[in-house]
Amino acid sequence: MSLDLTFFIILAIMAAVSALMVILRKNPITSAMSLVLHFVSLAGLYLTLHAQFMAVIQMLVYAGAIMVLVVFVIMLLNLGREEKMAVRQSARAAIGIGASMVLGALLIWGLTQVMRPVAAGSSQAMVNGQIASVGKALFSTAYVFPFEMVSLVLLAAAVGAVVLTKRNLK
Amino acid sequence: MELLDIGILAAKIFIVLHVFLIGAAYVVLYERKLSAWVQKRVGPNRVGWRGSLQSFADVLKLVKKENIVPKAAHQGFHFLAPIITIAIAIALWCVIPFAGPFTVAGKVIDLTIAPGLDVGILLLLALSSLGVYGITIAGWSSNNKYSLLGGLRSAAQMISYELSMGLSLIGMMLVMGSLNVSEIVVQQSGYWFGFLPKWNVFVQPIGFLIFLVAAFAETNRAPFDLAEAEPELVGGFHTEYSGLRFGLFFLGEYGNVILMSALMATLFFGGYNAPWLQDLAFFQQNEVLRAVLQIGAFSFKTFMLVTVFIWVRWSIPRFRYDQLMNLGWRVMFPIALLNAVTTAVVLQAIRS
Amino acid sequence: MIEQYIPVIAMIVTGILFGVVSVKAHEILGPQRPNKSKETPYESGMEPVASAHERFSVKFYLVAMLFILFDIEIVFMYPWAASFRELGGFALWAMLLFVVTLFVGYIYIVKKKALKWD
Repeated sequence: MSLDLTFFIILAIMAAVSALMVILRKNPITSAMSLVLHFVSLAGLYLTLHAQFMAVIQMLVYAGAIMVLVVFVIMLLNLGREEKMAVRQSARAAIGIGASMVLGALLIWGLTQVMRPVAAGSSQAMVNGQIASVGKALFSTAYVFPFEMVSLVLLAAAVGAVVLTKRNLK
Repeated sequence: MELLDIGILAAKIFIVLHVFLIGAAYVVLYERKLSAWVQKRVGPNRVGWRGSLQSFADVLKLVKKENIVPKAAHQGFHFLAPIITIAIAIALWCVIPFAGPFTVAGKVIDLTIAPGLDVGILLLLALSSLGVYGITIAGWSSNNKYSLLGGLRSAAQMISYELSMGLSLIGMMLVMGSLNVSEIVVQQSGYWFGFLPKWNVFVQPIGFLIFLVAAFAETNRAPFDLAEAEPELVGGFHTEYSGLRFGLFFLGEYGNVILMSALMATLFFGGYNAPWLQDLAFFQQNEVLRAVLQIGAFSFKTFMLVTVFIWVRWSIPRFRYDQLMNLGWRVMFPIALLNAVTTAVVLQAIRS
Repeated sequence: MIEQYIPVIAMIVTGILFGVVSVKAHEILGPQRPNKSKETPYESGMEPVASAHERFSVKFYLVAMLFILFDIEIVFMYPWAASFRELGGFALWAMLLFVVTLFVGYIYIVKKKALKWD
């Protein structure tokens, strides 16, 4: 068994187990910390695809920034243990499973439309994952427009965050 | 990986772990001695020669203390929080180069645990960004008001200064054109005008200063130690920790002080390069001796920066929380951004 | 490629093992004489009032939110800095536009006194 495959299997199990923990545990902080673990294992999975830059960004942004906000919000709202919902469990479950299957199918279909596979372990895949290649691609004419759009999205989010919280401060 | 490589890796990790533990013990003692000197006291002088074994006695004392966990605390997370802190403090050392590569019996040995990572600095920043959880979880799981408030303040402080820390490195990365730590150190080995070492601190002084201040805040040390501002928050996030669990937080703090000093030495002060000395023919011919010289140079630079950390802690009074947040968001962040943009514009002007 | 990261993973595992072993060893070696007052949270010698998990200021939430936004801005700057030598003036202008747009947001935040603590 190759090294990449060994790592893939370990990390995939870690990712799946931690993802299950997120939805199965009653304590919201446990769920949040499982999600952090999940993001870290995802970062490991990126590494098996030679995407070094993506791996560290996954950790820096998702595990290190977004989850901090989630943990803050859980503490802010003082969420206790999740109450057992007695009403129509089975109907909810059926809707949930159905909706997630549709979403999953859509996601897989979408991915097959845009993915251009590069053989794993090829020198091209190695180079693609390096940070300088990401930089060169990002500032090529193909991606520079979406890149500028990101700044507008972030600007809108900044304004939104201030408007939402400032109202409560006064 | 061959068996030999695994053996070398295990030996490197073993050595670094022990240097980390013993180094932290002596930095604690050094801080106590230096602070005593600042305040005209004697400092610890009973255990061993002039108190040289004081830290080890303290560790023994911590082991012999009772482990007290409040009934209302979340047992699992109370257990986990110090482990997160110490695991990250140890793991961060993997990208620091202690000396240049040298050859023994035809085998190249690189004195970095994980050499040549393309995204080395980012890996370090990413791992240290996870350090917030150790503190938040410690504060939350203790079910104590002081702990929770201390943990939250500390977490908000750490994320605020993480921005300036990342941003202050952009200028340095622009100059170096790389995020690979080994490469950054090699690039700093030459001289300008034939005598001035090519250290980044000379081209990025503002970046260095911002990084230094952010490093004080990231390690939760005075003047930024609001998380454990004793008069108002008792012990901050580790109020409900005793014995070795508290010891791990303490070790983590000092470990991070040494790590930040080592990182600044690496990124801004030429890392393991010993200017002028390592160019002598004697060291050029003997690679092992050169590595020893480089370890010495690296340790000396790290030691000097640790001294700055301690000196600042015992000279400057603690900030108020609003001053701290204002400094981070309204002063450091714009200056760091301006520094990055100016560096880019100047580099572009030189190029064209 | 993953070979390069094996030392990193080994170091993280070492750190976790070190932590677990120390905490467990302390539980075994240290004395265990619990009593009721030791097990209550410390509150300056008073009986603790209510649970510590209270709601707190929304400003912490705002700080975390703004941190994410500017962290993402900086994340975009890393690949730019790493490949700056190969990129031309075009990339510099693109980055300047990006930074200026976000700086407008920053000025808005400062002017709204959203980051003012009191």
